Amino acid sequence: MSFPLLTATALAPAIGAVATAAVPAARRTAAKWTALGFSVVTVVFAAAVLLRFDTGPGADRYQLTESLTWIRDFGVTYELGVDGIGVAMIGLTAILIPFLIGAGWNDADPKEGETPQGRRWRPTQGFFALILLVEAMVIMSFAATDIFLFYIFFEAMLIPMYFLIGGFGDRAGSGDEAGQARQRSYAAVKFLLYNLAGGLVMLAAVIGLWVATNDQLGSGTFSLAAIADAKAAGELTFGTGTERWLFLGFFFAFAIKAPLWPLHTWLPNAMGESTAPVAVLITAVVDKVGTFAMLRFCLGLFPEASNWATPAVIVLSLVSIVYGALLALGQRDMKRLIAYASISHFGFIVLGIFAMTSQGHSGATLYMVNHGIATAALMLVAGFLISRRGSRLIADYGGVQKTAPVLAGTFLVGGLATLSLPGLGPFVSEFLVLVGTFSRYKAAGIIATVGIVLAALYVLVLYQRTMTGPVKPGLEKLPDLRMRELAVVAPLIALLIFLGVYPKPVTDIVNPAVEHTLSDVNKTDPQPNVTVTEAEGASHE
Amino acid sequence: MESLIGLLVAAPLLGALVLLTGGRRLDRAGHWLGTALAATSFVLAVVLFFDLLGRADGDRTLHQHLFSWVPVAGFQADIAFQLDQLSMTFVLLITGVGSLIHLYSVGYMEHDPRRRRFFGYLNLFLAAMLLLVLADNYLLLYAGWEGVGLASYLLIGFWQDRPRAATAAKKAFIVNRVGDIGLSIAIMLMFTTFGTFAFGPVLSSAAETGEGTLTAIGLMLLLAACGKSAQVPLQSWLGDAMEGPTPVSALIHAATMVTAGVYLVVRSGAIFNAAPDAQTVVIVVGAVTLVFGAIVGCAKDDIKKALAGSTMSQIGYMMLAAGLGPIGYAFAIMHLVTHGFFKAGLFLGAGSVMHGMNDEVDMRKYGGLRKYMPVTFITFGLAYLAIIGFPYLSGFFSKDEIIYAGFAKGGTQGWILGSVMLLGAALTAYYMTRIMLLTFFGEKRWQPDAHGHEPHPHESPATMTIPMIVLAIGSVGAGFAFNLNESFAHWLEPVTGLAHGDSPVGHGTVSLAATAVMVIGVGAAYLQYGRRPAPVVAPAGSFVTRAARRDLLQDDFNHAAFVTPGTYLTRGLVYVDHKLVDGVVNGLAAAFGGLSGRLRRVQNGYARSYAVSMFGGAAVLIAVTLLMRAV
Repeated sequence: MSFPLLTATALAPAIGAVATAAVPAARRTAAKWTALGFSVVTVVFAAAVLLRFDTGPGADRYQLTESLTWIRDFGVTYELGVDGIGVAMIGLTAILIPFLIGAGWNDADPKEGETPQGRRWRPTQGFFALILLVEAMVIMSFAATDIFLFYIFFEAMLIPMYFLIGGFGDRAGSGDEAGQARQRSYAAVKFLLYNLAGGLVMLAAVIGLWVATNDQLGSGTFSLAAIADAKAAGELTFGTGTERWLFLGFFFAFAIKAPLWPLHTWLPNAMGESTAPVAVLITAVVDKVGTFAMLRFCLGLFPEASNWATPAVIVLSLVSIVYGALLALGQRDMKRLIAYASISHFGFIVLGIFAMTSQGHSGATLYMVNHGIATAALMLVAGFLISRRGSRLIADYGGVQKTAPVLAGTFLVGGLATLSLPGLGPFVSEFLVLVGTFSRYKAAGIIATVGIVLAALYVLVLYQRTMTGPVKPGLEKLPDLRMRELAVVAPLIALLIFLGVYPKPVTDIVNPAVEHTLSDVNKTDPQPNVTVTEAEGASHE
Repeated sequence: MESLIGLLVAAPLLGALVLLTGGRRLDRAGHWLGTALAATSFVLAVVLFFDLLGRADGDRTLHQHLFSWVPVAGFQADIAFQLDQLSMTFVLLITGVGSLIHLYSVGYMEHDPRRRRFFGYLNLFLAAMLLLVLADNYLLLYAGWEGVGLASYLLIGFWQDRPRAATAAKKAFIVNRVGDIGLSIAIMLMFTTFGTFAFGPVLSSAAETGEGTLTAIGLMLLLAACGKSAQVPLQSWLGDAMEGPTPVSALIHAATMVTAGVYLVVRSGAIFNAAPDAQTVVIVVGAVTLVFGAIVGCAKDDIKKALAGSTMSQIGYMMLAAGLGPIGYAFAIMHLVTHGFFKAGLFLGAGSVMHGMNDEVDMRKYGGLRKYMPVTFITFGLAYLAIIGFPYLSGFFSKDEIIYAGFAKGGTQGWILGSVMLLGAALTAYYMTRIMLLTFFGEKRWQPDAHGHEPHPHESPATMTIPMIVLAIGSVGAGFAFNLNESFAHWLEPVTGLAHGDSPVGHGTVSLAATAVMVIGVGAAYLQYGRRPAPVVAPAGSFVTRAARRDLLQDDFNHAAFVTPGTYLTRGLVYVDHKLVDGVVNGLAAAFGGLSGRLRRVQNGYARSYAVSMFGGAAVLIAVTLLMRAV
């Protein structure tokens, strides 16, 4: 058996989490460097995954596979494998975490005047260990090709996330210390209960799937490969009703995680109350498991039901796009604004997935990557700003560009990425989603373009209110970005520009996986009405 | 030769990168670096131009394919350039006027502590604008299209600490985004219709598809053009954009970017030619805007806003010409180029006046400046004569050709179009003469400002006057040169086509009529502003004057129709989201699982125990189910 690269990629942060937690209470800096070190090791492993992944014609759909029997009686296996979409998502996760650690470097330090109470009091260690733990679980859910294995990590990541949201605030909310703690606690529990509710429904569906396979195949299985083989051989067919119920069970859980309107209300609370790096962790990394799983499980396992549900899902995603953007416009708290913007963007991702065209699927996958990086850039700079002033309220800022031009400039670039300006990554993915949707559903494609205008509105209004105009009293001495902060933001911006100008490396990896997914759902791209002759098409060669 | 095309874009892009990330070290020489890179582009453009001239008529299209941009099944977008006669014309205008305005800005922005950044933005603009006109497909054009929008946003709001500048910048971007919806939908329609959005295949197979689709594509392209070119109904941002530094108004909001809409329509000529309904709408938009802008231009006391009204109006002429089809395309572009010269010259002149007048923009506080600023006066005066269509100067040739083409439309339509354009010409003569008289003639009317500083008008430094002189030469001679043997129209003919319609009114008659209405306009302005001293405070004016001063109530309309309802909508939705969506979902959950009860107890400090117990419950459930199945 070859080196289990995927396991190693997930294990690196897990070991890192343990190592970080084990650092003695007084050695906070050592803990931070330990965490950063392990997150960088994870990047190296993820890079190895990327390099080993074969995108050539005829390459296997799932590669770097690992397979071990786990619970034989229930057909649960430890099966890992990645297709291009999984590689892209693992890459995104691995790349983002070091930046989140760098951005949150001082977020979990004891406040001034506080002294560590004894050997067990070490929030700094805990904060970074939890982030690494989440990373490990997210990577496992991207790599798992056994449905039960996926389910375990899909659910288990709620625990560290719960403590990250509830335990570490940005100390910038309204009200006194106790009031803020209550807000945080509310947000954490709301996050947990929403996602648990989804998880329970999904559990029922997971069990239902096992029952169905058990009945037809003689022994139940959770293995994607086994199910695909059985389906191809005609040994396994779901009845229409069964398939629809199972689809709904999975989709419900993923729609909460994604989140899709009207199941979105936990996100603004969770992102608003947590520290900026944790907010990014939620929306850029953890939530992506939801949209990723729609592609892999909903479409892959239940093609008929996916087609059946498409009209409803498209309507929900259009509502998300417009509704999220309008709500973003109405926010007074800048972190909640970014959260609602994310809801709008998740609408685009789901729209691309259910448009069921090559452009829609490639666009949605690329969108997940770009949205992760763009939101990280915007949210982390917002976090830097908030930590300086101690307030999340937009009205407390004004004229920042005068005193902190670099901060304002990077914030603007993050904002421009959020509004999908050409030249930055998100434009490519948003346009692909729009084209992919339009080619099958004209009206949906046109309605979605409203999001283009609204995004410009909420980003530029936010920028205008916080960064331009006369300097707000109390901000005259606002320091500009420090070296550490610049070191976090500058590479993200470089990445956004790279993906905007040359997204080919990512699309090359994603394209074969998209073809497989489309053939899963028996869809082919709509063809153009007019055939353009080859000679004309090649005129620019 | 082809490989030079990319360098055209790369030079200013490099400048933008270096200047915007280079830091304070570059403060001392950054502006010269930016200017040198703009000039480099211009030199490259001239080299390419002579290369094209050396080729046969039908062989003047160069392609450069750099790399595949977004390769996804069935969707091919390339970073690839196409240089033909149409884009060459634009490239020369953009880099030529662009270089001059870089030079001018060296002097104009001398005392601004953020001059380096200003030049970075200017370079960024050049790169994006060149990308727009050199792209060989609509998606890359879109990238340039939004890129110039970004540069425009950054430069209008360059003095960000002024709230009005920040608001104007945002407004320009948002209104343009509304137009951009049109461009996105047009590209999507092309993709579903032709399977591609590269110029070559789309334009050559346009005729093979149904008129309905082409009309839809045409109208969507027009929507985009309306945003970028400030045409009714997306015109409202241009006047406010004058908050930006004056060189920006000259380069972006007069000579180049705002004319991109005309480029788009002319470039897509093959689509419009086969979609007469879309063409009619283009004509109507152009006609309405040319009158709208002229009326606004007559009422403004702010010299830059008066000129902005004029820009709208002149682009209205171009748009109208582009709507006429092959008979008008070449002349739309010809007017675009001559307008680039004289309008940039007028703005630079206005900037020179402001430079000497403590940044005062109210023309009622100028007066008699010809004695203090002779170079500015003469160059501005020549550009003035060019724009009003004084015989044998640039505007005379380009505008008359458009008016002639309008009459040639034939029938009642032809008469209407011709008359509207003649009316516009009279208004142009009127408002331009008004500007001229208020600024350079009469008695001095300036007063000490709020701090007690009396302006001391003086001529501007050579870095500013040299560009003004060069543009004045262009304003005087370009039209004549272009018209020799119809050289300009024949140069463009392989790309745009050329037609000579039958006009019920001859060329000579049109010229005569245009000159006559010009004299009427000049005379009317002279009677009002030349014979008696202009009041320092504007008279109340009639209802029409007051409406025109408020840009014919465009902002009032937009506020009532969009901003106010939108604000109420978002406020309402915030409430709904909090009370209703959150409440209903929580309530539904409560009905099933007591979620809301648990959420309420959170407030009492039971949070962790409940969460943990619930998770524990899930774990137990899993275990039990599995066990049950195993048995």
